[in-house]
Amino acid sequence: MNRTRLPYWHPLVAGVALGLTLLLTFLITGNGLGASGFFTRVAAAAGAWLAPAWTQANAYFGPFVEGGSPLPSWVTWEAIGVLVGALIGSLVSGRFKAMIEGGSRIFSGERLAYAFIGGALVGFGARLARGCTSGLGLSGSATLAVSGFVFLIAFFAAGFAMSYLMRRAWQ
Amino acid sequence: MSMPLYDYGIASGLLTGILFGFVLEGAGFGSPRKLTAQFRLSDWSVFKVMFSAVIVAAAGLWLAQAAGVIGAGGVFVPTLYFWAIAAGGLLIGAGFAIGGYCPGTSLVGLGSGRGDAIAFIVGMVAGTAVFAELFGSLETFYFAAEGPKGQTVSGLLGLPDWLVIAALAIVAAAGWKLGTAMEKKFGGPMTAEQANTPPASNASHPAGSAGGTARA
Repeated sequence: MNRTRLPYWHPLVAGVALGLTLLLTFLITGNGLGASGFFTRVAAAAGAWLAPAWTQANAYFGPFVEGGSPLPSWVTWEAIGVLVGALIGSLVSGRFKAMIEGGSRIFSGERLAYAFIGGALVGFGARLARGCTSGLGLSGSATLAVSGFVFLIAFFAAGFAMSYLMRRAWQ
Repeated sequence: MSMPLYDYGIASGLLTGILFGFVLEGAGFGSPRKLTAQFRLSDWSVFKVMFSAVIVAAAGLWLAQAAGVIGAGGVFVPTLYFWAIAAGGLLIGAGFAIGGYCPGTSLVGLGSGRGDAIAFIVGMVAGTAVFAELFGSLETFYFAAEGPKGQTVSGLLGLPDWLVIAALAIVAAAGWKLGTAMEKKFGGPMTAEQANTPPASNASHPAGSAGGTARA
């Protein structure tokens, strides 16, 4: 594991590459990049498996499962691609590392609990906002959508406030 | 050639997804400490990468429209539902600061070997299920303060797109300069070496050991 580890890209290189990837996605699909839509489909599929009656009757999940499995969809292929792309990138650069990453003042169990709680807030918030940092913040703002900028302002405001409260956990 | 192609096939999803994940990993966005360092102002990579990407993509879309490659209304512009999007943005910002990821970067974290990304993903699925259960009582709020369909900032202000993009570029450049100065003050942005090194005082509690027993 002592092989060379390449540094992260310069933010301008990464930003331009991300912008071109986003532009390519718009030209191919007419939509931008997304992520939370995939987890919505995973949640609906898990519901259909664990509690089929509840899922079918549910006003939000129902439409996702009425035509069979909600998983086969463009956003699913894209999310699988994100995982594969990150895996390729981290492996070829020597940056892949199996670890639980968090601050030094908390234990791994505490870190996992915070990750779960943060994930739950993000999952709920993304359904409320109809998108996440990718779909609204990045893709929405690239189309100059008012909704994208409203999202980003709220996202950064709450991020700064909560980060101040959480500063011990990341030290 | 008339674009967009409106191709929603497997190859289209895999190609764009692989590029997206590869670039985010390269930017360092598989590390929750690097991502959240944006909010501690010691690492401005999230601001820098996101804003430069928005400007490049927005300028590219504007050029493609000006050249007639894509027609007006060719790409999806999300409509504003003010309260739901503002509240959702607040929850995602807070959840990001607590959990260390957003939905896309959690997949990048997982692809970089981060076990905490799995807990975040399980949390997201749970949060989505809670939303679905409460959807009936949230419906009024969900649709409240709906804006004009697909409204853009340029449409709202009555300005041409290129002027809004130029103004964004100026704001981004100023933020970039401020961010670089603050990064220097805090000792520079987090490197790949630092992100892959467990923090010192955790050494006696190796990451990956059963979390519940670490306290005993």
